[in-house]
Parts: sequence; structure tokens; C-alpha cells
Amino acid sequence: MEYEVIIGLEVHAELSTKSKIFCSCTTEFGGDVNTHICPICIGMPGTLPVLNKKVVEYAVRAGLATNCSISEYSKMDRKNYFYPDLPKAYQISQYDIPLCYDGYIDIDVNGTEKRIGITRIHIEEDAGKLIHDDKGEASFIDYNRSGVPLIEIVSEPDMRSAEEVKAYLESLKAILEYINVSDCKMQEGSFRADVNLSVRKKGENKLGTRTEMKNLSSFRAVVRAIEGEAARQIEEIEAGRVIVQETRRWDEGKNMSYSMRSKEEARDYRFFPEPDLLPVEVDEKWREEIKNTLPELPRDRKKRYINDFSLPEYDASILTSSKMLADFFEETAIKSNNAKAASNWVMGEVLRVLNEKQMEVQEIPFTAEYLAELITLIDKGVISGTIGKTVFEEMFNSGKNPETIVEEKGLKVINDQEEILNIVSEVLKKNVKSVEDYKNGKRKAFGFLVGQVMKETKGKADPKIVNEILKKELE
Amino acid sequence: MKLTKDTIEHIAELARLDLTDNEKEELVFEMEKVISHFDKLGELDTLYVKATEHIIPLKNVFREDEVENSFNREKMLKNTSKKEDGCFKVPKILE
Amino acid sequence: MVELCDLTVHQLSDLIKNKKIGVVELTKTVIDRIKKADEKIASYITVLEEDAIKQSEKIQDKINKKNANSPLAGIPMALADNICTKGIKTTCASKMLENFIPPYSATVYDSLLSEDVVLIGKLNMDEFSMGSLTENSYYKPCKNPWNTDRVAGGSNGGGAAVAAGLTGFALASDTGGSIRQPASFCGVVALKPTYGLVSRYGLIASASSLEQIGPITKDVTDCALVLNAIQGHDKRDSTSIKVGYTDYTSALVDDIKGMVIGIPKEYITQEVEPEVKNAVLNAVKILTNLGAKCEEFSLPIAKYAALAYYIISSAEASSNLARYDGVKYGYRAKEYRDLLDLYIKSRSEGFGKEVKKRIILGTFVLSSGYYDKYYKKALKVRTLINEAFIKAFNKYDAIIGPTVPRTAYKTGEKPKESIINIDDMYTVSANIAGLPSMSIPCGMDKNGLPIGLQLVGKPFRESNLLKLAYTFEQNTDFHKRRARI
Repeated sequence: MEYEVIIGLEVHAELSTKSKIFCSCTTEFGGDVNTHICPICIGMPGTLPVLNKKVVEYAVRAGLATNCSISEYSKMDRKNYFYPDLPKAYQISQYDIPLCYDGYIDIDVNGTEKRIGITRIHIEEDAGKLIHDDKGEASFIDYNRSGVPLIEIVSEPDMRSAEEVKAYLESLKAILEYINVSDCKMQEGSFRADVNLSVRKKGENKLGTRTEMKNLSSFRAVVRAIEGEAARQIEEIEAGRVIVQETRRWDEGKNMSYSMRSKEEARDYRFFPEPDLLPVEVDEKWREEIKNTLPELPRDRKKRYINDFSLPEYDASILTSSKMLADFFEETAIKSNNAKAASNWVMGEVLRVLNEKQMEVQEIPFTAEYLAELITLIDKGVISGTIGKTVFEEMFNSGKNPETIVEEKGLKVINDQEEILNIVSEVLKKNVKSVEDYKNGKRKAFGFLVGQVMKETKGKADPKIVNEILKKELE
Repeated sequence: MKLTKDTIEHIAELARLDLTDNEKEELVFEMEKVISHFDKLGELDTLYVKATEHIIPLKNVFREDEVENSFNREKMLKNTSKKEDGCFKVPKILE
Repeated sequence: MVELCDLTVHQLSDLIKNKKIGVVELTKTVIDRIKKADEKIASYITVLEEDAIKQSEKIQDKINKKNANSPLAGIPMALADNICTKGIKTTCASKMLENFIPPYSATVYDSLLSEDVVLIGKLNMDEFSMGSLTENSYYKPCKNPWNTDRVAGGSNGGGAAVAAGLTGFALASDTGGSIRQPASFCGVVALKPTYGLVSRYGLIASASSLEQIGPITKDVTDCALVLNAIQGHDKRDSTSIKVGYTDYTSALVDDIKGMVIGIPKEYITQEVEPEVKNAVLNAVKILTNLGAKCEEFSLPIAKYAALAYYIISSAEASSNLARYDGVKYGYRAKEYRDLLDLYIKSRSEGFGKEVKKRIILGTFVLSSGYYDKYYKKALKVRTLINEAFIKAFNKYDAIIGPTVPRTAYKTGEKPKESIINIDDMYTVSANIAGLPSMSIPCGMDKNGLPIGLQLVGKPFRESNLLKLAYTFEQNTDFHKRRARI
């Protein structure tokens, strides 16, 4: 029996405003517990919320960047429930009239383009953080995160596989980073995904009962959770059991999910309009103003790279996956006038070193201009490609520009015929056996001899000239 | 309308309140009376009437995205005795 | 020898400015009187003797240096105990907040401090403003100074404190009549401002979309003086309106010629006690003689106002009071098995009976399956009420009637219904429609209990009401009577 998996996602992204949504506490991550709080964000009696204008702007930006319609009139609502991380025992959110609705993003999966619908995007406040004492009898609450602004992005149940989900999340993340509304750091909790999943027999029209999975802290966890839950649901159905609509908590360590029924059951949120906050009206003028602040979006940038720089789709994808990376690449490409080389360097050496050193693009200790210079030095033949890698390492270590490094370390290419002839002669003298081998037909010996010349010149000899001269000498 | 003890119990659960059996019975009786009063609102035709969510015609009331110093942690924790290591403390939560 | 405690704020202000009395002397006199008399009426929860005297000394110093020019400088004031005062216990008359000391103040308190008033203490009230009698206090029930067998009105002791001369003036919140009704029962003046005129920041919320803080005073002039000090936009309160400063004392003119006043037929039915009805009709006669045109008109929606009010107020309160769970502040149960038990026990032990009932009612009207029929319906009825008043105000400058259809109940005599009080009908419309509304004394019943006349005006037209009230006052002497405890 073939099954189809239907997946929808709810993504919560923390907005990168400086202050919280309803008070002026900082949103900075990582402060000492309860040092970024005030009476408002811990819900002390008599305090009142005031909406941060930037939160609305960022949410509208996100909506426009995902092709949503923007509600001209929208309001805040209270979502009432009890949990220690929720100081007022209600979350100020949006219920029936979200700020953005009816959008979509296009994703690429295995060469096929697919459109994933976005049902809505709304603004709300984040809750605090619970710290559980594994040994003891208590749990502790840190309210630093309480009141940090969130957008909740709800997708249509348009995804059919873990790959599609991954592509969707990556695209969404890239978009939000590009438009600068969130730093989307999953490990810091500023980008969280909840998965809604159901299965049905292929060909059936009716949707199956869906479950919701929370606590997915990485893309990998999302993929595993989807595969695990789909398998579980299919198993249940095959065994003749019924899927219960419930929320499940994913345990990354055990690679399985647990029912959270006891917590989520009987939750009647009793939504009603927030009386302490007034409606938000985004008129055409404001909408256009915000629209004009949108940069080129990742997908468009990718298309441009394919067209203008003649880059293959795969390369363009990687390069545009992050705005900072794309900016770095593009400047390098333009300044060196060699997009292909720029692409190779960025996708190759740059990403490798960033990965090794666990660094972000913005932490690269030299500018794109320097990388362009390096490419130019190689293109002009001042240094060889191999030497180029050495220079690159040194750029990373010292931050100096390539020309300076080449000078200081004397790395220029050796292309003086006489000089090379001398070295070749030396090598031939020292490697009589290899010369013999070559003359006896062993082609590999030639490569070895070339290698020896390169070793003598510490890689600086122009390989073409070496080849020519060596061939001549061996005749 | 007819209210049952079950309804009252369910509502009390939602509100995190515990009522004695007496209180529940009293409430069933009182609430039924109150709700029957509320039902009189059904005499008013409101089919095409818009709900008033805010009585004042204000909109777009915002603050600028500016950070100000947060409150001193000790001050924020002062009104509870159950705290440890700078955090508010509750019984262990099993997630 | 005039009793200092019987004087109005403006009279006291004159004496202080002319150095006839000192601020410290005045404060001590008031506190002495509280010590003697408040046992009988329990209008205060907290009296700040030491702090008040210290503050008085500072203010006298300022006055001597000619640095205190406010008409309220040196005047003793009392705040209802749901108005946050930094560093001073603010309890809402509930066990839940018995020991709560806010590290911040309500905006109105800051405003008044900058006018150099002296805070005498925090007033008793119905727990979390829920009640009509101030009998639901966790502490003692508040009594009426005119007759201590009678209630002081609810939901705070401001009327009693002012009437008994235990403060120069009081400030409290009005959710559904909670300053006007006590004023009516205690024979003093109260004004609930237009919604949005006075900041709600620091007012411990009960029904957010209905409540406003307003003054309770001995006469209309005092009322205008206090309103001057507390009005104004507050950026910490999103529902606070930006209107320019108004000097409400300029409305204190003895002239209402040409004013058109409407009296809803629904406000003078047989439901109203005959003596109250007579006092109101008598007031109408006086106003007519003074040049106003008074006529009856139909306001049928008025009958439904209390129902919409109770749905909205209990719903909002059930949500506003959810934060009280013993975790961050407030009462925390001593023994509990787990988190859920902590919540349930803290809330069940910390809240009084009436509060729990209202929370249940509010939770019910918001709950799944009932939201549309009750809460949403109430919001629609709110629109109808608002529209009806807007229409009426096309013709009338003010709408009048009794504040309460009776004089003060006997203590222990419950109103006919529980949880909701149909007598609230007269006052709640002003909260639902966000309109300014006053109560002024207009008579006494045969038992010597005060009767209140309610005035309702257009949004931001407090001046109209003050003018009307002032003129009435200048031509009667109800406001001159004082209770003797």
C-alpha cells in the first residue's frame, strides 16, 4: 500500500529588533538570567503593553517577501493558558486577522520547482525559558526571552517529503536573513519549526488525522522527525489503529516522539481581542514604503547569477543561500571580473575554512576585494594556482592583502627560462634512474620529475615552462 | 439554559480554581440565573452590527524600537520567596 | 472653630497658602481623625502615618521657599488600593496581594506627587474591584459614615473616606460605577473621566476596556482641581488619548442657560425608590429654573446595559486575573503536590468567593461554544449602546438620572441577585460607551441617607458636566452637608 505524507509547517522566527515587542528591554541573546526583564515583560500587576513599531514593519516585510497580502486592518488578541513561562497567563498574539496572509514561496527540489503556500504570518510575543533541574525537585524560569517579538509563519499543507520540508525551511530562512528581519539561528532558538503531519493512502482525497511535533532544534531533527512520524502513523494505520490528533514532543536523542496529550488536551485558548492594544492599520503608503526597503530576494539573485555570471544552478544555489555569502561572492566576482573563479574560491576554500574554524561569513578577516586581488594575481600568472592556496591560508591567518603576502614571502611565479633550465638540469642529474625510466617508456616518471622541479622551486615554477623545458632536455 | 456541575467543573479547571461541592452547586444555581439574564440580549437584533472592540477610535499606537535599561533583578524577584540562582522557582515540570 | 477635616480642598489650599495652617498640622489632624473614626467605617487598608508626616515636612519646606504652587500642594489624599504606589503595599484588598509591594508607581500617583500632595494611605475596596458594596474586601467591610449600619457602596471606600473627612480627596477606579455609586451613597462628588483621558498605567487591571481612574471629592471645584492634575496622555498606556491640556476649573461657572438635558424614561421607572425619584425630579426642576431645558426621552437600550457590562467585565477580569498564580508575586500556597496543584491552591486560597465566581463567569462567556453567544454578542450590544448615546448627544448636552435607584443598603442585605447587580444599570452605560460621568449629591432620604444625581456627557466634554454640576451646587446646599461618625 503506497502512502502519501502531507506536511505543513509552523515556523516561529524571532525578529531582530533591538527591544522587545511591548517594552524597552533588550532582545540580546545570552544575558545572565533575568537581567533583561522589567515589570511589563514579567506581567506585574498594573503594567501595560505598547507595541514596537519595528515589529510591525519587519512582519510586513516578511509578508511582502513571501508574496503575502497585507491586512489593511489587523488587531492583537489574547491567547489564554497557564504555563510558568507565560507571565501574564495569556500570550498577546493575533487570532483571526493576521497581519499577512495568502502568500507563497517557490522552492527547488531535485531540479523541480514547487510552490509552497503560506497561509498566514502574524506577530506575537515569545515566552520565557524553563530550565529543568535534572536531579532536583524544581524547575526554574528565566524571563529574558519573555516579550521578544516573534513572527509565526504558517504554511499550507503543501509539502510531501522531508526533502521538500528542508528546501522550504532553507528558502524561508534565506529570505528572512536577506530582508534582515531575523538572524534565524536555530541553535539560539531564533528560528523554530513545528511540523504538522498526516498520511493517507495514495489516491485518496480526504486528509488523514494530523499530529503536531514540537521541539525540533535543527534541520536534521526536522527531517528525522518527519521520517519517524510518517513511519509511526503508517504503522498505526496498517495495524488497524486510529491516529489521535495530538501534539507530540520529538526526542532527538532517542529518535522518537512522545505524546504531549496531557498538556495540550483541554486547552481552550478563549481568544478575545486585546483591550490594552489598538488595531494596526497598514495603508498603501506604508506598505509601499516597506516594499521599497526590500532587497533582491534569494531566488531572484540566484536566477541573476545563472544568467549574468553563467553559473550552474547548483553553484548559484549555494552562493545565494546566505545574503552575506552572496554579497561576498558578488563583490569578488565583479572586482576580479572572473565570476567562475570567484565561485570556485568561495564555494571551495572559503566555505571549507569557515566550516573548519566554525566562523560566519562576516567574520572573514579580509575583504572581498582582497579575494578578487588574489584571483587577479593568478589570472595574470603572477602566482600559480597552487601558490594561490597558500596565499589564501595566509590571508585568513593575517588578514593581509595578497600582494603584500606574495612580496613578503617571495611567492611569485618563476618563469625565467634560464633559471628553470638550471633547476631542471639539477633535477635530472639527481634523478638518473627516473630519467632512464622515462626513456624506457615509463610515462609516469615524467610526472615525477616535474614534481621534483616543483619541489625545488617550492611550487613557484611555471608548470607550463617546466613541462616544455623538461621535455626538451629529455630528448 | 441548563448548566451542569460538569460544566462548572470544566470551567473551574480552565481557570485553575478548586471549588468545594457546595460551591459548585451554589454556582450552578447562581450561574443559571445569571446566564438566563444574559440570554435576554438575544432580544436585540445584532445580525448586521459590528462588534466594538475598542471604544476609542485610535489606531497605530506604537513605540520606537529603543532599548532602555532593564530593571534590577533583585527588585524583580523581591515579591517572591521561591527563587534560586536568579530564577523564579516552581515545582519540577515534566515535559 | 471650623473642623479642618470638613473643609474642601480649595478651602484648605487657601489656608495653606496664606499660612493659616501648616501641612504637617493638617496631615496630623487627618490622621488623628482616622485613628478615632476609621474603626467604625474601615475605609482604609493602610495608613502611612510616618511617611505622610515626613512628606508633609518636605512640602511645607517647599511652600516656604515658594516652590510649591500647585492648588493641591499640601493636600491630604487617599488612593484606592488597586493603584500602584512604589515601595508601598498595594493589595487590591485581596489575600492574593496581601504583601505585594510594587517597584513602580501608577502614572496618576506620579502626577499627583509632582503636585505636592500628601499620601495619607491606601483605601479599602472590594477585592479586585468586584462588588458593589465594598463588602468583598479581604479585610473589613467598609461602612457608610452617615449610618454605620449601611454600606459605603462599592467597589471602594473613597466615598466613605471623603464623606467622613478622613482625607482631602480620594482617587479610585470606576469600572461600572465604582466611584460614582459610593459617592452617591455617601453624599459626595465623583467623576469618571472619558475613557482614555486618564492613564491606566499602574492601575491593577480588572476590566481593561471599561475602567478609568477618577476623583472623589467634597465638591465640584475640588473635582476640577484634581482632574486637572491627573489628565493627560501617557505613552506607557496605549489606550491613552492625546488631547491638549484642559483647565477644568474654567468650567466652574454658574450658568447653564440654554443647556439641553435629557432624562431617559428608563431611568425613572418604578424600579427607582420613590424618595430617590423625587430627589432627581426635584433636581430637574432646579436645573430648569436655572435656565436649562430638560426633557424626557426614550433610551430602550439602557435596560440591556448591565447585561453587556457583566459579560465584558467578567471576561476581561478572568483574563487579567489569570496572572495571579503564586509564582512571581502574590500569595503562594504553602503545600502543593506539583505545578498544577500550586496554581489551583494558590488561586483558590488567595482569591475570595466573589472573585472566584466572577472568574468562573468570565471564563464561561469566553469559552469554546459560548463565545459568540455571550462575549461577541456583548461587544455588538456595546455598539448599539454607543450608537444610542451618540444619537442622544446630538440633541442633549447631558443625560441625567439617579446614580443608583436607591440609597445605601443595610449591611448584610444582599442585592436581589448575586454576582450581578441590576442596580448597576444606571452607571454602567458610561463605562461601556467610554463617556464621562459624574455623581453629585441631590438630596437625602427620610433616614438621612444621601441621594446621588448622575450626569453623563459626550466624550471629552467633562467641562459640560462640571458646569452643570457646579451651577447646581451653587444653587443648593447638599454638598455642604457633612457626616458625623
